[in-house]
Parts: sequence; C-alpha cells; structure tokens
Amino acid sequence: MPDTTDLQTVKPLKLIVVGNGMVGHKFIENVVNHPDHENYQVITFSEEPRLAYDRVQLSAYFSGKTADDLMLTSEDYYDQHGVKYIIKDKVSTIDRAAKTITTESGRVESYDKLILATGSFPFVPPIPGGDAEHCLVYRTIEDLERITASAKGSKVGVVIGGGLLGLECAKALHNLNLEAHVVEFAPRLMAVQLDEGGGALLRTKIEDLGVHVHTEKNTKEIVAGETCRYRMNFADGSHIETDMIVFSAGIRPQDELARQFDIAIGERGGITIDDNCLTSDKDIYAIGECALWDGKIFGLVAPGYTMAKAAVSHITGGSEQFTGADMSTKLKLMGVDVASIGDAHARTEGAQTYTYINDAEGIYKRLIVSADKSTLLGVVLVGDTDAYGTLLPMMLEKMQLPDAPEVLILPQVEGGASAFGVAALPDSALICSCHDVTKGDLIEAIHAGATELSELKSCTKAGTGCGGCSAMVGQVLNAELENMGMEVNNNLCEHFEYTRQELFDVIRTKKIKTFDELLEQYGSGHGCMTCKPAVGSMLATYWNEYVLSDDNIQLQDTNDIFLGNMQKDGTYSVVPRIAAGEISAQGLIDLGQIGVKYDLYTKITGGQRIDFFGAQLHELPLIWDELIQAGFETGHAYGKSLRTVKSCVGSTWCRYGMMDSVSMAINLEMRYKGLRSPHKFKLGVSGCTRECAEAQSKDFGVIATDKGWNLYVCGNGGMKPRHGDLFASDLDDATLIKYIDRILMFYCRTADRLQRTSVWMDNMEGGLDYLKSVVIDDKLGLCEDFETDMNRVIDTYECEWKKTLNNPERLKRFAHFINSDATDDRLAYEADRGQSKARIAQPSVRESKAKGEEIPALEV
Amino acid sequence: MSNINWETICNVSDINKNTGVCALHNGEQVAIFKVGKEEQLFALQNYDPFGEANVLSRGIIGDVDGQLVLASPLYKQQFSLESGKCLEDDSVILKTYMVRQQDGLVQLQA
Ligand SMILES: Cc1cc2nc3c(=O)[nH]c(=O)nc-3n(C[C@H](O)[C@H](O)[C@H](O)COP(=O)(O)OP(=O)(O)OC[C@H]3O[C@@H](n4cnc5c(N)ncnc54)[C@H](O)[C@@H]3O)c2cc1C
Repeated sequence: MPDTTDLQTVKPLKLIVVGNGMVGHKFIENVVNHPDHENYQVITFSEEPRLAYDRVQLSAYFSGKTADDLMLTSEDYYDQHGVKYIIKDKVSTIDRAAKTITTESGRVESYDKLILATGSFPFVPPIPGGDAEHCLVYRTIEDLERITASAKGSKVGVVIGGGLLGLECAKALHNLNLEAHVVEFAPRLMAVQLDEGGGALLRTKIEDLGVHVHTEKNTKEIVAGETCRYRMNFADGSHIETDMIVFSAGIRPQDELARQFDIAIGERGGITIDDNCLTSDKDIYAIGECALWDGKIFGLVAPGYTMAKAAVSHITGGSEQFTGADMSTKLKLMGVDVASIGDAHARTEGAQTYTYINDAEGIYKRLIVSADKSTLLGVVLVGDTDAYGTLLPMMLEKMQLPDAPEVLILPQVEGGASAFGVAALPDSALICSCHDVTKGDLIEAIHAGATELSELKSCTKAGTGCGGCSAMVGQVLNAELENMGMEVNNNLCEHFEYTRQELFDVIRTKKIKTFDELLEQYGSGHGCMTCKPAVGSMLATYWNEYVLSDDNIQLQDTNDIFLGNMQKDGTYSVVPRIAAGEISAQGLIDLGQIGVKYDLYTKITGGQRIDFFGAQLHELPLIWDELIQAGFETGHAYGKSLRTVKSCVGSTWCRYGMMDSVSMAINLEMRYKGLRSPHKFKLGVSGCTRECAEAQSKDFGVIATDKGWNLYVCGNGGMKPRHGDLFASDLDDATLIKYIDRILMFYCRTADRLQRTSVWMDNMEGGLDYLKSVVIDDKLGLCEDFETDMNRVIDTYECEWKKTLNNPERLKRFAHFINSDATDDRLAYEADRGQSKARIAQPSVRESKAKGEEIPALEV
Repeated sequence: MSNINWETICNVSDINKNTGVCALHNGEQVAIFKVGKEEQLFALQNYDPFGEANVLSRGIIGDVDGQLVLASPLYKQQFSLESGKCLEDDSVILKTYMVRQQDGLVQLQA
C-alpha cells in the first residue's frame, strides 16, 4: 500500500494580523515573500480607512504628497497574493479559547495564529479643556486633514511637546502660515535625544526660523481666550493664547486588546513579548510599537520591522529573533541636522566627554566615551551630522577608539587624512539601518558584481530608505574596489584617458572649442563613436556653437547630424517644438497641411507634441522651411537635450488648479530649449497635487501648491521608472528657476555620458542632501558659475533648422546622392489605419541587431 | 592595365572632414568618406546589412586599436574602412570600391 499521507493537501495556517500599519504590513510582506507562503493564509484588519502607509513620511503630506503617494501597499498587491483585508473595522474582542476574534462590525474570524500590530496612540495629558474642538493630535492622515482644516481658520498654533514629532508638527504649522509655538515641559528640546548644549543650539536655530519655543512650561488648563480661541494657563502663572493646539506629548502603546483579554502587559503598558515576539499566549504575537520587549517600547519603525521578521521566522520554523534595537537617530528638523547616538546623556558611570562648539557656523558635537577612553558610548551632533555614519558603528561594535578620540569630531583639515574611514569598520558594522544592511552584505554584493553605486544600492537596498547612509555606501564601494585591486576606469574611451567630468573641466578652463584641439592636446587617434558625440555634447553645452559647423559636424551622432531622428529605414522624423503642449487651432491646421503635402505618418507623442515620420533626407529642408514659415521652430527631438515640458491646463481653466502651470511650463521650455546635456531630459509642471502632468516621473517635476511650487528632481519614466525626490517646497518663480538652472548645470558638468539624471542622483555620494547643499547652500561655491553658464546658453540660443536653411553650403548635405537628384528607391510602405505611410514593409527584427546602449528610436 | 576608367563624383571639398556622402555609381549606392588631415578617401557599399537600409554614408568615423572604422548610424556595428570587414561579426564583409583624389575631384573606379 503506497503511503498517501503526503498527497493530502495541508490546510493552510490561518494568520490574522490586527492593525495594518507599517509593521503589520511588513509582517504580511515577509509572509508573502517566504518560500513556503502557500502554507499560510493571511487576513488583516485595519481600523483606519486605508491600507498601510508610510507614517514616517507623514509630514510630507503637508508639502504636497498625497495619501496615495504615501501608500506602502495596495489592494492589488494584496489581491494578487491572496491576502484578505478588511479596512475601517476595528478588532474589538479576542476569544482565546475558541481562537476567534470579533470586530466592531460584528464580523467573526477564526485564527491559528494572531498577530497584534496595533501600534500606539498619541498621549493627551489630562488637562482641563484639552478636549476642545481645536485640540488635535498628529498620528494619521485623518489627523493631518483635521489640522489643515483647523489651521484655515487660525492665526496662531501651539504644539504641546518639543520632541521629535512635536518639532515636525510645529514646522508644519509654520508652513501653514500660522504663528507657531512649541510648549515643552522639560528644560530643553528633544530632551530624550539631546544634551543641554545640543538642545540649546537646536532651540536657537529653530527660533531663527520663526518658531517660538517655550520650555519648562506645564500647562494647567485650556480656557477661552481673549485675542485667540484659547488661552493656555501655565503652572508658573504665565499664559499664551492660540487658535489651535496639537498634542505631541509622547505615545502610548495600543494594548487595549491585550489588557481586556488577559494577555500579559507591562506595568506602564505595552504587550509583553519574548525574543520570538510571542506574548503570554503561545498563539498570539505582538510586534511594532504596541510590543514591550525587555521592559522597553520601541517608538521607531526599524525595530518594528525586525520584530516582524522575527515573528514570521518563528511561525515558519526559522531561527531569527528580536534581541533589542539601537535607538540612535539622525534626522533633519526644519532644515537643522540633528543626530543622537547611544548614551547621549553620559549616564554611564565614569563617562568622559569631548565637546566641539562652533558658534559661527552653528555646530555642536559631543562625544561620550568610556572611563578608560577606549570605547564610544554616545554622541550628540547638531548642525553637522556627517560623522554619524562612522560613529554609529563604532559605538555599536565597541571598536577601539583612536588615542585622541576628539579627532572624530574635529573639523577635517583640507588635505589631512580622514581619521577613521570605513576601511576600519568590521564586516558586521551596520551601514544601512533602514534596510538592515551590513558592511559585509555590501562587500558580498560588490564581489558579486555590483561595482557601481547605483547597482549596489538597488541590489542591497542600502541607502534607499532615509538615504542617510548613501555617502557611506559609496565609501565602502570605493574602499572595496581598491582592496580588490580593481582599477576604477572611468576613462571616456580608448582615445581619452580622462573621465567625462575631467574633460568638461578641461574644455571650460582651457577654453577649448573644437574636438580636433582637444584630441591633439589631451587624446590620441581619430576618436570614435563614443568620444565624438560626447565631446560634441560638452562643447555644445559650454559654448553653444552651431552643431553643424565645419568643425562640429563630424562629431554628431545619427540624429544630430541631420537634425532629425533616423528611423529604421533611414528616413527621419520631424518634430517641431510645441512648448508645454500649447498649440493654436491654426497651428494644428498648418501642421496638418504640411503633413498631407509630404505624405507623412503622424502621431502624437507622450511629450504632448506631434511627430511626423517618413521624411526622406532631401525632404527635411523643404518640410522645415514650411514649418518655420508657419511659425514653428525645431523641437530638438534629435538631441541629447531638453525634450518637452509637459503641463496640465492649470489654474487658467481647471477648477482645481492652484497656479498657472501652462505659463510656467512654456517659460521653462523656452528657457532650457536647445541646452545640450549628457542625456535627454524632460520636465513636467502640474497645477495642483492631482499631478495630471505626471511631473514626478520627469527629470524635473514642478507641482503647484497653495504656497508656491514644489520641485521634484531626478525622476524618470522609461525602463527603470523612478519618482523624483522632493528637492524644495513652496518656491516662488525666481527661486524655482534658479534651482533648476543650478542643478542642470551641475548635472551637465558632472554626469557621465548618456547618464540620465536619475542614475546621476543614485550614483552621487551623499545623494539628495548633498545636491541640496551644492545648490541651495552653495557648498562648492559654484552657483554663480552655473548661472553664468546657463545664461550664456540662453542668450546664444538659435533655432538650428533656421540657421541651416540660411546656409546653402550646409543644405547640400541633405541630398541622398551627392552626384544625382535621384532618391533612395528601397523605401516601401503599406497603408494602414488611414495613414499611407503606416508600415515599413521591409522586415527587420531590432532585438537581434541592436548593439550598444543607444538605439535611435521613436521619441517618447 | 592602364585603361582603368574613373568616374568623377564630386569635389573633394564637397565632403566635410571626417564625414561621408553617398554616390550613385553604376546603379549602386556607394558611401564615400574623407578622413583626417590627409583627406584620405574610402568607399564602401551604402547598404547596411544589419539595419537593412541605405544609410552607411551617414555614420561616424573613428578608430579602434588603430584601425579606421565606420560605425553604422542605425545599430552601431563597426566596419573597417579599409577592408569592409565588420568588427562585431567576421562573416559580414561590405563591398569596397576603388576611390581616388584627382585634381581636387573625388573619383570612383568605373
Ligand atoms: C509624524 C510621525 C513621524 C515619524 N517619524 C519617524 C521617523 O522619522 N523614524 C522612525 O523610525 N519612526 C518614525 N515615526 C514612528 C513610526 O511611524 C512608527 O514607529 C511606526 O508607524 C510603527 O508601526 P506600527 O505598525 O507598530 O504602528 P502603526 O503604524 O501605528 O500601525 C498600527 C495600526 O493598527 C491599527 N489598529 C490599532 N488597533 C486596532 C484594532 N483593534 N483593530 C484594527 N486596527 C487597529 C491602527 O489604526 C494603525 O493603523 C513617526 C511617527 C509619526 C506619527
């Protein structure tokens, strides 16, 4: 008799996840990605009206992110993976004997394992009057909607609590144009993370930004005000008046289910768990902010993620555990860099400290070391947190300190060797705490072939969370490549032993205007299809001379050389500029007539303009002549340069538009048209956060808010889509343009050839913060140069087609034969869908022929 | 063998330095290139066997390990200007033509 037991299907284990917050979702994701995921069925309940979103980025909601932008998952994703979800329904009882739960709506569901991921709730101190209508909290998207609504009718706003969240909230109120106050019970701000000196400097900086800070204030009662809605009376007899109040006085673990149904909780709340995240009930786990481990609550998301992992591991028979977490933090509060590591208050017996204060630049750094000065115990950094990345692993790994530990916080002297580089870190050192990536993980990935920063980041995820470690990731990469004896050869090609950036500097500083000069002085041979177009592009970026001049023509690639995009049969596409997609009805008629006359295949592009296809070489000047007479100019669809600025219709017509997106888009398109760059780039301008222009998928995305423009940078559609990073908010027109000018020129100078802005950004050590420091704070002192360079390009703009049409010598080249008026007789088309040039009859399988990265194709 | 006939195509100055032109020659399309300060001339078939189009005269000229090459404007295969051999695929050799400079004129062997 054959054994049939293993043929019977095992009933999947039913897991109920109570709470679909950040950690609950992480748990589900881990189950879904587990190799044995088929053995589990997941049901999750969310009290909130939506699935999990990024609470950490909650404040971004005030600077233009929508609820959709913040989502961590989607109904589609859960459907695809068979995860059942019930939103807007709170789990209200647990029957531990029957192993069922009941929700407020009366739904009953049985479980094999129950996971409590109920998070925490804001603590509202019991102050008389604290329940008034405009007394709010800061935890969910709905809270933010309430704050926004309340702020509309308010002039003054107070945040009670000067911790991390309180300050974030105060900034939001400030940005909502309220007179913002922070009221703190303790003698300083961020009392948990900062010492006295750090807290004091942070206070000065925040006050400089226009936020009022009141410390050592104990709110006794909230009563009706005289000049504002409310008056807050303090224990010391003083008071302030305000129209709204947000409580941010700490969080309390959401442990009511455990409390009611006799699962062990801590004295001061929190569901007690062991290293496997099991509660006192062997079928019930607790993870995230509701859980209490070793008497501690962890109010950060990373430890919650580790708990989620440990719980999944325990359920699936693995061995990962939760063994505590480090609560060090690094963040930017209202533009002020702040970091705190370990024992920031020097509470360890015998601890010694070193302090560096730079009043002029507003920098405070303090090291706390062991009595024998051998190991690092804690750090406080305000104003400059660059050292965080190296100091954190030193504390965690208990590394031996250098003889003079103070070198770790003293400013680096130009030319002096860095006191302590990444090379000194052990492999176990945690580099990316968001994604739990160690130095050893990075090294492994580098050995496996991820030798570019962007690759390394995408395969390990390091540096893709908060981004704070991205400079460190770069340093690990460089150090390891050096270790491996791999010479990082970024030479442009065999003809130039220089990188693109170096050559650009040569062109700039040595004032070189032709390829021949550059090749003679800095290169060898004849050049090639790599260096010629690259140098042609750099010369054009910097000098902006005619690309078809006698000297430049030899450098131009397939498309530039005839100012049209070559198609697979050798004909060209013709794309006039239709700035921002705005075109008059007459303009459309003119285009139509030209299309008919030359029998061109016509298509609307993704960039809101019109492409003509099937123009033969000799027809290009004829077509362009007519286009220019009809008032059009070249659209540079053939160049590595600005393509289009896509816009929505904006406030001129749209009921929701906040600003005139079309005018801004035209303005930007006219400004940057013709700028040759390392690769093509696109812009988008949306008139409100509904984002109809899809600006966040562009190299530069501009989105209107009620207070100005938000600028997103380095987005990309295409093969590897990437949303732009929010670079700055609420800008006026002039500042917006100034920032784009500077970023563009910085990109043109420093990117590799054919490197899109997205990859440029991903490869930049220091990432977004670094870019901001270069562009906003002018850290490199180059901003004036960037603007001068940009203005030169703008001032010397000429329509290349107009110029070519005026130059009979140049026009000679636009003939198929130099010695005959005949034309190419190999072209053949088949009519389709009402267009006579619809299909190119000759077969051609592109994939099998394509070589190299650049295939001239349709403009998108 | 002195009775070789040469057909005049154009002036040498009609070709921009380091670029090509296309000539109609005995019913065939011929790409002619002018390279370097010495104004050396080369002639290849204009038809790109990979892209299946008459476009080679519009490619970029360069050198690879000292060998002068032309890169197709379509899919960037490179061909020796001297021999017509494709660098990426030995089995493909383009037809080459005899070309010369005579009194400032470009001539192909008839
Ligand atoms: C403004 C703000 C900024 C922050 N910034 C940072 C930061 O920079 N870095 C950082 O590490 N952390 C930060 N945090 C903290 C971080 O958001 C939390 O650590 C994280 O969200 C905890 O995840 P969780 O799943 O445990 O709880 P939550 O995300 O709160 O999720 C719990 C969910 O469970 C639901 N729930 C509760 N009870 C029930 C029930 N009975 N039935 C059904 N559903 C229920 C809740 O409604 C909630 O949706 C920030 C928090 C806020 C509010």
